[in-house]
Amino acid sequence: MNELEISEVSRVFPGAGGRPPVVALQPTTLKVARNDFVTILGPSGCGKSTLLRIVAGLDKPTTGAVIAGGREVTGPGVDRGMVFQSYTLFPWLTVRENIAFGLREKRLGEKEKWEIVDDFVEKVGLRGFEAHWPKQLSGGMQQRTAIARALANDPRVLLLDEPFGALDNQTRALMQELLLGIWEREQKTVLFVTHDIEEAVFMASRVVTMTARPGRIKSVTPVDLPHPRHYTVKASPEFSALRLKLTEEIRSEALAAAAEG
Amino acid sequence: MQPLEPIPRRARIALGILFFVLFVGAWAIATLGGFVSPTFLADPVTMVKDGVYLLTEQGFLADIGVTVWRVVGGFVMAAAVAVPLGIAMGAYKPVEALLEPFVSFARYLPASAFVPLLILWAGIGELQKLLVIFIGSVFQIVLMVAVAVAATRRDLVEAAYTLGADDAGVVRRVLIPANAPDIAEILRLVLGWAWTYVIVAELIGASSGIGYMIINSQALMATGQIIFGIIVIGLIGLVSDFAFKWLNRRLFAWRLA
Ligand SMILES: Nc1ncnc2c1ncn2[C@@H]1O[C@H](COP(=O)(O)OP(=O)(O)OP(=O)(O)O)[C@@H](O)[C@H]1O
Ligand SMILES: [Mg+2]
Repeated sequence: MNELEISEVSRVFPGAGGRPPVVALQPTTLKVARNDFVTILGPSGCGKSTLLRIVAGLDKPTTGAVIAGGREVTGPGVDRGMVFQSYTLFPWLTVRENIAFGLREKRLGEKEKWEIVDDFVEKVGLRGFEAHWPKQLSGGMQQRTAIARALANDPRVLLLDEPFGALDNQTRALMQELLLGIWEREQKTVLFVTHDIEEAVFMASRVVTMTARPGRIKSVTPVDLPHPRHYTVKASPEFSALRLKLTEEIRSEALAAAAEG
Repeated sequence: MQPLEPIPRRARIALGILFFVLFVGAWAIATLGGFVSPTFLADPVTMVKDGVYLLTEQGFLADIGVTVWRVVGGFVMAAAVAVPLGIAMGAYKPVEALLEPFVSFARYLPASAFVPLLILWAGIGELQKLLVIFIGSVFQIVLMVAVAVAATRRDLVEAAYTLGADDAGVVRRVLIPANAPDIAEILRLVLGWAWTYVIVAELIGASSGIGYMIINSQALMATGQIIFGIIVIGLIGLVSDFAFKWLNRRLFAWRLA
């Protein structure tokens, strides 16, 4: 069964102040099977965030519909966890309290709740930082907390919008391995937006590329690299071949986007 | 001097005190040097003597107590009404559409101009004094809190929704805690204004309080007493401001961390 069915979803933003409407996303169809790890790759402004926000229920499609777990999406829900492009930890809560945010909504017992929280603190490697406020954390730590916060809710689908976009290369690589490791162990349906080709290939079971604005799906590339994946896979010929193929696809889109301005 | 460069704590305190010293010095030279007639402005020494006289012989401490109680009473009433209303306005657009135009209008009604009207309605008792402060503070707080709440980071609200919060949960667990420091800051600011309203309220139809003492002293041409009263108000304001800031730092340490 498909965990997620995105059917003919498009989004047009009405033009403000007499400007013409903006087509952010052309009709897009994508089916995501259970425990699939799909990365969405596309140039800036092609509508990746828009698509993810519609799946999360934070925005409404102009046409089409999203079916999650057999039911049409009408708004945000605990079945779809989200990690945002910007840092969105609650600054007045500590790391531990941030991770517990969703669990508190679920009205879990105190003991059970903190057990789950501490388990995820451990999984994302934030032992010793539980009592820190977001301001006291590095960007990488904040995104790890955000991932833990989303996962602690045990969503059926995890949506990530360029979660490592603001991080330096080393931290980024470590975070990719961390997230992939969690996925390999826990199995989860994941939709992961990025504009980094290497990241898209390394993480994915399938890479979806999008065209330049207004975006639509251009291609879907299966990635058959074995699991568990180690960072050394990035040096393998299979990886290089995939990277080259996707680079060419994205390059033509980036050129188109640049030409358009 | 380098812009925005912090200075050591001791230097900051020393500079702050220095200006007070300069101010009193200028005042002393102007009055004790005979440049200004004592009829219009008492010198610092007379002021201190008058102050001691007020405190020891005239029971001025009781007046201070009455005034503080009026400010605090009126202000607490205003905050109790205004903070929830402001949060509701900031959070829910229909409430904002309903109340915002009226509150914006009412905000410009001068509290002091209500004094004669309030005397007609509520007599010259305590209630009238409290109402002056209430009217002066309530609309300001409502509006400022509403603006703060409406400006809450949207991405935090969205994150809360994706984590399963419902509408009431977003208000309770995001809008309120996210803006609590701003609301505390607004209250600190408006409390300062409440002090000006209380004196106005006490200048007319009062039989106690700092304002009452000041208007009495005017009849006696006792400028030393007037100045002492004004300085007492300033000192109380300073102390309450410090207390507020200290409390905010304590309560909202996450902001400074
Ligand atoms: N609320 C909005 N109102 C109007 N236009 C919008 C709105 N949100 C997005 N857009 C437009 O829709 C297009 C797609 O935006 P989106 O944020 O989805 O791009 P993206 O692929 O996530 O880009 P990036 O990689 O830079 O994050 C952009 O041209 C943007 O200007
Ligand atoms: Mg984006």
